[in-house]
Amino acid sequence: MLSKKEKQLIREIWERLTPVAEDIGADALLRMFASYPGTKTYFSHLDIGPGSAHLSSHGKKIVLAIAEGAKDISQLTVTLAPLQTLHAYQLRIDPTNFKLLSHCLLVTLACYMGEGFTPEAHAAIDKFLSAFSAVLAEKYR
Amino acid sequence: MVTWTDFERATIQDIFSKIDYDIVGPDALSRCLIVYPWTQRYFGSFGNLYNAAAIASNPKVAAHGKVVLGGLEKALKNMDDIKQAYADLSVLHSEKLQVDPDNFKLLADCLTIVVASQLGKDFTPEVHAAFAKFLAVVVAALRKQYH
Repeated sequence: MLSKKEKQLIREIWERLTPVAEDIGADALLRMFASYPGTKTYFSHLDIGPGSAHLSSHGKKIVLAIAEGAKDISQLTVTLAPLQTLHAYQLRIDPTNFKLLSHCLLVTLACYMGEGFTPEAHAAIDKFLSAFSAVLAEKYR
Repeated sequence: MVTWTDFERATIQDIFSKIDYDIVGPDALSRCLIVYPWTQRYFGSFGNLYNAAAIASNPKVAAHGKVVLGGLEKALKNMDDIKQAYADLSVLHSEKLQVDPDNFKLLADCLTIVVASQLGKDFTPEVHAAFAKFLAVVVAALRKQYH
């Protein structure tokens, strides 16, 4: 459950992250690959070494999609409809991996925002990313 | 048996030498109680946990946070047999405190985030992975004596 205040906080934070989407996204992905090597199996077709163009563009895509969802959280199912289809029928990423990336995104934000990543912001974004992940997996079965 | 690379050993020692125990312990525990409110079920005697501000300024939470971080010292000093070093603590958590072991992961995640915000750019993906492995071993050791 997200309060109005939390939704606003989430909106504001992700708006600020949009200009640095590439850096945030690539950092989170690198963390995930390092801590959870099983996740690399989904990227055998890309070059995911640090600094690679694939990593930056893919990280950017992910962060921008999350930022788009953050603009109107009550409309997540509508906003994510195309991505739901993509993940369910083409990518078929096991949804437990969404939790791993979500955790790594939180760590990236903690490094990036330092003290600014308050417990309130942490709780709000953790809840948002859980909701986002759940909606993303809705068409799986 | 867990094998540690030289990088992992050095990194983990380095992290603990850099963080302020008196800040990180309380921060991690209060964050856990705030972000995952159901964990408050184990702290009925701690008084006011009504909202984030109350939790963050609760002296019992702060004191207990230091105890928990102190407990990690034991793992740090016994990296080659954390399972053995934590046998008694595991029995304590399962039989006396009766803590659902899934909660250990929640606290470990909060600790990772607090350390990340303290170390900033120095908490690189490689450093992060070493720390995550260390905490995973600690969590597994704490789960070991649950039957």
